[in-house]
Amino acid sequence: MVQVRIHGRGGQGVVTAAELLSVAAFLEGRAAQAFPSFGSERMGAPVVAFCRMDDRPIRLREPITEPDALVIQDPTLLSDPRLCAGLHPKGFVVINASAPIELSRLGPVVEHLPKGHVRFVPATAIARQYIGRPLPNAAMLGALLAATGYLKLDSLLQAISEKFSAAIAEKNHAAARASYEAAQAGNGVTSAVLEVAR
Amino acid sequence: MSTFMPGRKQVEGSHAVAEAIALSRPQVISCYPITPQTHIVEGLSAMVKSGALSPCEFMNVESEFAALSALIGASAAGARTYTATSSQGLLFMAEAVYNASGLGLPIVMTIGNRAIGAPINIWNDHSDSMALRDSGWIQLHAESNQEALDLHIQAFKLAEQLSCPVMVCMDGFILTHAYEEVDMPSQEQVDAFLPPFVPQQVLDPSDPITIGAMVGPDAYMEVRYLLHHKHLQAVEVIENLRKEFKRHFGRDSGGLVSSYRADDAETLVLAMGSINGTIREAVDEMRDEGHRIGSVKLCSYRPFPLEALREALKGAKRVIILEKNLATGLGGILASNTRMALRGLNTPVNTIIAGLGGRPIPKKSVVRAFRQIETGEVEEPHFLDMNWPAIHEAINNRGLVKRRESEAQRVLRSVSGVEVAKPVR
Repeated sequence: MVQVRIHGRGGQGVVTAAELLSVAAFLEGRAAQAFPSFGSERMGAPVVAFCRMDDRPIRLREPITEPDALVIQDPTLLSDPRLCAGLHPKGFVVINASAPIELSRLGPVVEHLPKGHVRFVPATAIARQYIGRPLPNAAMLGALLAATGYLKLDSLLQAISEKFSAAIAEKNHAAARASYEAAQAGNGVTSAVLEVAR
Repeated sequence: MSTFMPGRKQVEGSHAVAEAIALSRPQVISCYPITPQTHIVEGLSAMVKSGALSPCEFMNVESEFAALSALIGASAAGARTYTATSSQGLLFMAEAVYNASGLGLPIVMTIGNRAIGAPINIWNDHSDSMALRDSGWIQLHAESNQEALDLHIQAFKLAEQLSCPVMVCMDGFILTHAYEEVDMPSQEQVDAFLPPFVPQQVLDPSDPITIGAMVGPDAYMEVRYLLHHKHLQAVEVIENLRKEFKRHFGRDSGGLVSSYRADDAETLVLAMGSINGTIREAVDEMRDEGHRIGSVKLCSYRPFPLEALREALKGAKRVIILEKNLATGLGGILASNTRMALRGLNTPVNTIIAGLGGRPIPKKSVVRAFRQIETGEVEEPHFLDMNWPAIHEAINNRGLVKRRESEAQRVLRSVSGVEVAKPVR
């Protein structure tokens, strides 16, 4: 089983990101479960959403406390020292940031992750460029898939098409693809700053 | 969009239920929004507006009391009716809840299970449906979103066969807001299983009758007994519907009780709703370590299947009830009912009160509690993952603290370690 925890703020599409990931996994024939951290969603408030993916039906329903991957859609949340707690020692962290952040700030687990397992993605900039609004979720998922190889990019694009109208889906496809490709180009490089594809 | 597309799909629980309701062809839906059931009725209102669900009258009303009162009228006039609510919403409609069952009206209502305030809390536990447990409604609990959608299709048939209303309870957020795979039946399949509603009593201006007239001491007991009798009948009907559903749809859903790895189990864990998934994971883990443990899921809480439950539990040396409610001053409500099912057997029954107000129920904590109960190391009832220092602090401060502050506020301060601003005098 793979467990992904997504952190962000109300309005950044955190819950939608977890749902999209679960639909993408479903499209690949896997069992998947996505759920929000229940109820406190307000514009700007910290929001957490979860996604589990497995090759057998998922029965567990507790919140994810030991994630294999963390997606951090808002770097201001990093001031909470518990944010990365419980992460698997060989897990992944994808952070929305326009410049690398000192890894020691993210706690000992993150500091000792294998090379290439921490990615900084300028997802807000990518979103502004391709979507026209600061909605980083599609770009963050693109980078997550590039970093982890959990699912195919095409599955994510198809999940986006199922969720949104054609016009909005197209913009989110562009954002997801741009960050996927940029993150792939940065493979193996810890703390790589990814330029927005121009 | 996936509306009305049969087959396997990855959707939100509320959406899956809304679609199952639409496939059941309700004629009148009346509702008032309250978290966490809101997505269900939002989905249905969109289907009515788009014409995907037709003919159907969708009524936005001013309160939960009005929502159920409107359905009482519509059901008495012969319409198939549906609503959904949660928490304070169910309490606000309480008077109408008793009227619907007392009048024998086969209304189906989803409960997106949620705690009751004060203190206000929007998260999941079973306090709301438990508060109305003796209202005469049948209460079925879903374990997964698949079972939730299946139970709604069964619920209309069950309600209409017995002329008795049915609540389908699904854990708020944990199921209502979870995206997971469901297998959506086709309209043809549902139509073949669920025939059009033929009311057993109907208000018709061209042939007037009275329903709901006053019944005095000479007949009230008999009328109440007849409702009790419907529940006794329901025990059989629910099992028959489970078999019939399996023939039509090819999967096992609903029924009274379902056992898991129970055959040679010395310890059996009983629970309702979505926590059964986590319990099965815990059972597997402990089986791997050599514990003889299994679990039993109770789907039908009302009627309470005394005999079926006794049959499912009688082989165990010890029974553990894990439940998301608290009868203050008593303990667990389900445990209390289960002791009645086990009377005369001398089986020790332990209660775990867990998940109140949405407290997560981690497998780790569940396994720890099961182990402690096996070795006899726990108090009865056991409160899972309770913060006892915070409670002791609050109790010790009772009567001593001069400042005007509520007990809830004091506990919040204690568990967060943050000093809350002192009230201005």
